[in-house]
Amino acid sequence: MRHYLPLLTALSLGVGFMGLGDVPQFLPQLLRGAGLTVELTVLSFVLAIAGAFVIGLARLSTYVTVRVVASIYVEIFRGTSLLVQLFWIFFVLPEFGVNLDPFVAAVTGLTLNFAAYGSEIVRGAILSVPRGQHEAVIALNIGKWKAMRRVILPQALVPMIPPFGNLCVDLMKSTSLVSVVTLRDLTFAAYQVNQALLRTIQIFGVAMLIYYIFSQLVRIVFAQLERRFGRGLSRGRV
Amino acid sequence: MIWNWQFAFDEVLPRLLAVVPVTIGATLLGFGIAATLGLAFAVLRMIRSPWIAVPTYEFSEFIRGTPILVQIFFLFFILPSVGIVLPPFTTGVLAFGLHYATYCSEVYRSGLENVSRGQWEAAKALNLSTYVTIRDIILPQAIPPIVPALGNYLISMFKETPLLALVAVVEIMQEAKLIGAETFRYTEPITMAGAFFLVMSLLSAFLLGRLERWCNGKAR
Amino acid sequence: MEPIVRFDHVTKRFGTLTVLDDLCLDVSPNEKVAIIGPSGSGKTTVLRTLMTLEPIQGGTIWIEGTPLTHMYRNNVRVPASEAHLRRMRASIGMVFQQFNLFPHMTAQENCMEAPVEVLGLSKADARARAGDLLEMVGLAEKKDHYPAQLSGGQQQRVAIARALAMRPKILLLDEVTSALDPEVIGEVLAVIQRIREEHKLTMIMVTHQMGFAREFADRVCFFYEGRVLEQGPPQQIFGGPHNARTEQFLKAVLQAQ
Repeated sequence: MRHYLPLLTALSLGVGFMGLGDVPQFLPQLLRGAGLTVELTVLSFVLAIAGAFVIGLARLSTYVTVRVVASIYVEIFRGTSLLVQLFWIFFVLPEFGVNLDPFVAAVTGLTLNFAAYGSEIVRGAILSVPRGQHEAVIALNIGKWKAMRRVILPQALVPMIPPFGNLCVDLMKSTSLVSVVTLRDLTFAAYQVNQALLRTIQIFGVAMLIYYIFSQLVRIVFAQLERRFGRGLSRGRV
Repeated sequence: MIWNWQFAFDEVLPRLLAVVPVTIGATLLGFGIAATLGLAFAVLRMIRSPWIAVPTYEFSEFIRGTPILVQIFFLFFILPSVGIVLPPFTTGVLAFGLHYATYCSEVYRSGLENVSRGQWEAAKALNLSTYVTIRDIILPQAIPPIVPALGNYLISMFKETPLLALVAVVEIMQEAKLIGAETFRYTEPITMAGAFFLVMSLLSAFLLGRLERWCNGKAR
Repeated sequence: MEPIVRFDHVTKRFGTLTVLDDLCLDVSPNEKVAIIGPSGSGKTTVLRTLMTLEPIQGGTIWIEGTPLTHMYRNNVRVPASEAHLRRMRASIGMVFQQFNLFPHMTAQENCMEAPVEVLGLSKADARARAGDLLEMVGLAEKKDHYPAQLSGGQQQRVAIARALAMRPKILLLDEVTSALDPEVIGEVLAVIQRIREEHKLTMIMVTHQMGFAREFADRVCFFYEGRVLEQGPPQQIFGGPHNARTEQFLKAVLQAQ
């Protein structure tokens, strides 16, 4: 399992760092920040997946208006960076009277952005279900929504797992941007501690290690998911 | 109405346009670093000696799996303390380039792996050295198919340049925020900055599509 | 006479599968050897180990009296270094079943690449040599064509010219007609026959073309399960084989043809 080696390396480096003096001093603060990072990631990811399905299916709708609106949404949120979107939510919305709590603002921004990317995953996976399946469903006169629910989507789900795994890791890394809208995540904590202690290598090094360990854990989880649900499907390199 | 067109065009637009070169410069330089370094990583990983291949892999995975913002901060604070004093722009671009190099190296890797084994074997049968094989036989076949993917990363980097604002580089987003702070009107500057990225992004996607078609034409 | 190639109790395994089983085989200088046998018998592997494309697990391969896969450092036998392998490879050339031409180079450039980069020939000399060889294989007017513009038979002929451009002492031909349409097999075999007559070259050919093997070979080796089961002049193997399995194999193949 190729994920375990990097994880082990990271953990041993982490333990090595622990031996170096001040780490125990700032670690609790970093860990508190890491807690917020995890909260943001999990919440946004769940919401983003929901959004991804809605938008992805909308882009495949037979109604032109629905398709167009969904496409515009995707273009906007993929064509601008998350940072721009966060700034927009944080600085522009208040001028329209919408004052969001920073946490809510962050989750909104993350969700909207990653739902756009996620919708491409959903759309691609549904389109990759062999055409014969769509044809069989028509031949058996199964209704469109039922067909989607019982035949198409179940087959589309497994190919979605790896890209969503990558998306989750990207989302987790992107949560570090919320530090610029003053949310006290791991990056914010590292920045703050660094201002105080100036032991940059250790502080940011440990912060990066924590992120890295998280990302490897996510990869392992998704690899397991793929293994569990992907039985019998030939995937990957020969 | 909440939107003031006069403000938008007379005050915001000129100031944003003035810093466009910074954004474009950062993107191109960053991409230059990413594309070159990424190729270096990919080739190093192909070397049979595990002493070189494995640390390269681990290092690149580590950079790839941690947030770019943390890396930018890291470089920004660490370099002065070891005596290397660089302007924020350079530091930012270096971190930027390094981070995206790891993505590019994955792209290169898939390109390299798609070159059929027979090519390596034919080169070996002709007794070509590894260096010549990679230079003359493998890379010319590996790179054209992955140009679109590299192009996508160029576009991504362009959209992510606002990150550099966080280490005091005055690019478009930073300028927009400054205008907002000065005039207390954020709507126009930030929306226009966002629109600028959107337009550039759509334009680049279109151009990239053209490039891809041209590349595929050449490989015929 | 000292054999130019000697397989000395060579064993090769892929995981748990033994492909070459204590193989002993000698090839004399300028000999033309045809290797026949059922699939999985190790015929292609013999050529691939000789070309250093695959490592061996046991025994030694000798080329002109020097070990290929091992060398001696202070009288201690150690695995060959890359430098040693490259020195040894200079005497061997190979033509592949799938041609493996460089698709981004013209026929002429394909033939020039190795002489320029490995032998250090000037571009002009390499071009002249390539030109002569392409002429010999009958493709002089196609020298500026890319592989995608050539038929399978033409591509394989270019591949042969490319291998000869390095002036190897030993030429290995690995089922070079198996991937070709029947109509073009003849043109490739004609080229091989021409090389046989006009060049002083040791040639080892793995083939299913029994008719050609009969004309081409000084000696035919029948491979079975990683060993040479029977070998001898074509008249013996094709006319009156001593071994029952040889006979069995030939019957099956000639029936299909």
